[in-house]
Amino acid sequence: MVLFFQQLVNGIMLGAAYSLVALGLTLIYGILHIPNFAHGHKYMWAAFTSLFLVVNFHTNYWVSLVIAMVVLGFVGAGVERLVYRPLRNAPHVNSFIAAIGLLLFLESLSLIFWGADFRRFPTLYDKPIHIFGVAITLQRLLVIIAAALFIILLQVFIKRTWLGATIEAVAQNPEGAQLVGISIDRISSLTFGIGTSLAAAAASLIAPIFLVYPTMGAMPNLKAFVVIIIGGMGSIPGAVIGGLMLGLMEALGGGYISTDYKDLFAFGALVTFLTLRPTGLFGKGVR
Amino acid sequence: MGTILTIQGMTRFFGGLAAVMDLSFKVESGEILSLIGPNGAGKTTVFNLITGTLLPTQGKVLFQDHEITGSRPHETTSFGIARTFQTTSLFYDETVIDNLIVSYRCRTRMGLWDALFQTGRSRKDERRCRQKAEEILEFIGLQERAWELARNIPQESQKRLALGLALATEPKLMLLDEPTGGLTEEENVSMMALIQKVRASGITVLLIEHKMKIVMNISDRIVVLNYGQKIAEGLPQEVGRNSAVIEAYLGVGYGEN
Amino acid sequence: MSRIGRQWLILTILVIVVIIPQVVTNKYYMNILIMSGIWSIVALSLNLILGYTGQVNLAHGAFFGIGAYASALLMLKLKMGFWLALPFAAVIAGFFGFLIGLPALRTRGSYFAIGTLCFNIIVTLIVDRWEGLTEGARGLMGIPGPSPIPLPWGGEITFNTMAAQYYLVLCFLLLTIFVLRRIMQSLVGRTFRAIRGNEELAEAMGIHAMRTKILSFTVSCFFAGIGGVLYASYIGFLSPEITDYHVSFDSLIYIMIGGVGTIVGPIIGTLLIVTIPETLHIAAEFRLLLYGLILIVMIIYLPRGIVGWAKVLMSRKRKQEVSWEQS
Repeated sequence: MVLFFQQLVNGIMLGAAYSLVALGLTLIYGILHIPNFAHGHKYMWAAFTSLFLVVNFHTNYWVSLVIAMVVLGFVGAGVERLVYRPLRNAPHVNSFIAAIGLLLFLESLSLIFWGADFRRFPTLYDKPIHIFGVAITLQRLLVIIAAALFIILLQVFIKRTWLGATIEAVAQNPEGAQLVGISIDRISSLTFGIGTSLAAAAASLIAPIFLVYPTMGAMPNLKAFVVIIIGGMGSIPGAVIGGLMLGLMEALGGGYISTDYKDLFAFGALVTFLTLRPTGLFGKGVR
Repeated sequence: MGTILTIQGMTRFFGGLAAVMDLSFKVESGEILSLIGPNGAGKTTVFNLITGTLLPTQGKVLFQDHEITGSRPHETTSFGIARTFQTTSLFYDETVIDNLIVSYRCRTRMGLWDALFQTGRSRKDERRCRQKAEEILEFIGLQERAWELARNIPQESQKRLALGLALATEPKLMLLDEPTGGLTEEENVSMMALIQKVRASGITVLLIEHKMKIVMNISDRIVVLNYGQKIAEGLPQEVGRNSAVIEAYLGVGYGEN
Repeated sequence: MSRIGRQWLILTILVIVVIIPQVVTNKYYMNILIMSGIWSIVALSLNLILGYTGQVNLAHGAFFGIGAYASALLMLKLKMGFWLALPFAAVIAGFFGFLIGLPALRTRGSYFAIGTLCFNIIVTLIVDRWEGLTEGARGLMGIPGPSPIPLPWGGEITFNTMAAQYYLVLCFLLLTIFVLRRIMQSLVGRTFRAIRGNEELAEAMGIHAMRTKILSFTVSCFFAGIGGVLYASYIGFLSPEITDYHVSFDSLIYIMIGGVGTIVGPIIGTLLIVTIPETLHIAAEFRLLLYGLILIVMIIYLPRGIVGWAKVLMSRKRKQEVSWEQS
């Protein structure tokens, strides 16, 4: 029974982490209809940035998190301008292919800069605490709390602020938005920036739990996509629920069925969803 | 000659909104029937329901007395129903003639094996596609543009080509969705002539059109939709006098174009 | 270029290609050429589903790997000879293509790309973990090369030398080109292009989109499998990495740079990417960096690749011939 709760908590943490990464992705897709396939690699760069600051400059963990968010926010906006904007009118698959190029570029840049070694992210929060017989490190708890916080903040931002409303307007009707004087270019860059910042936050929070290495972004990237396909591309509640579902599936499946094949659950789930309900839980129906 | 198409009790909901509600009408073989109505009346939805792009929530479609409700688009085409789209739909990166050649494909039988071994069947099919393409090219009057890319030809030629593509599938019934969209006065006239030529060749035409002059001139009968429901049906003069129709169109009407 | 001029060019290239092993004796360069040949087959096969039929398939590495592993296992565990294992393995790869295509091709665009990528990962995971079948991460060793072919007048063709391996790969490359060309110039090929151009319109023209896509996908996987078999026998050793999605990405890069939707494009792309970095001795990480950058630049400014744009330029100078006689 304790094992079950342990895996449940693990699953929730994992789910929170996936949701956080997927949030940025779904935001970008909702506005720009581009599946930003290089998302995971920006996530990776955020982790390295935080690590670099903490290890080399002994920056406070939280400060490094914020810096990583800002830096990657700019990177995201820059990427939108240089890579995705020229492809705005081309078929969507071209953006996807460009994202693949970007992914390769970011990964190899990281390999050149940091080398292929797996690094540990030192943190103050790795002492486990025990709640109801379940052990969880403070860091993991932080991930859950932070994820919840960011989700709420994002919802508030979108629904209650003027800027958020502008972003929604562009998502729903780009031509109409332009007619009322909204700059699609600026909103696109902003959205990309915000989405990437969210991934950066996720990275800095999650990095201390796992290891940091140049290819660390590949799996979260794919899993984030699994999450938003299950939850429905462009849907924030979808990203949250999808993330939780995936996290729980992996933790429980990995714990009870097989650790070897635990990654398969994510991809098996994706394949199933794609076949049966490609628009996801919260997407619109077909035919 | 009989009824070629029957729509019975056709209903289609999108969420809570009925795009089409309990619609019934028939299309007689050899006629030009126009489907008209204000914007958003559900006309293109009707086309989509006939060709199978959309599934009806309720209702039936009968083609030549066989029920075809729920068939997929490629099936309805093979049965003999062809269509054009409101926004011109072509293979833009192919030449005019290549567009036409591939449109006859559904009437050919050759497969991978035939392609690999260049069997008699493959040679015959390819010849027939070529011939058909040239026939249609002449019919729609685009011989001079045969080698141009579809994206480079003018708007009017594109509309003709779209009609030609539908013709190439050897249909018995053609669904034309606003074939004169964006065309000038003169171009309207030549498009009308083309449609009449299509009918004269033995093909029944179901037409969605906004331009009343054309509708009144070319139609044998008219069906009027408003908010997804049929509000009138009959000969052009009758429909033109129908008060419900005039009300629906308040402001839009005769002699507008 | 006129018909005659073209035929002379092809003849010249063929002659050069055939003579190469007699002239080049350096093993290093021969190796590069043989690998280029194998990757060209893989790239050409990806081009069928991606370039011609317009579906961004990212699972190609999986089918390459399935072909490789299938032939290796058939030869090692069932003691099958190479010449029997080859068609069997290719059919197995094609069959898996069919199986995976059935659910995958119900999706389109980016969904399809992501879905196939996930399939690729699933395949790599299974190959890596199912040690009973594939020896897992340890890999398969000692994969035999092609067995000698007896000649009717006595003696036999052996495949022990690099030159012989080169000719073997060359033969299969020519076969692949021949088959793909036949397909693309036929009505079947036109149907593929129709799907790429406008799938909804193709269906309205009576084309069964699903059936067409599955056909293209299956044939594509079949030839990827052939590439895999040749690789397995040439290298003699397999590990799960060769099913990895990086192989899929590599193939994608070759055809994007060379030119999608042409026969020559993928070959040129493969040659450029495989030979140049090798000869310049560029380190692996820098190579990836360059590929990423080049891919981005190409997709934005030259989406049809080098050959694609050369063709566009050429056809602007004269009236275009019927498309199906070119390519």
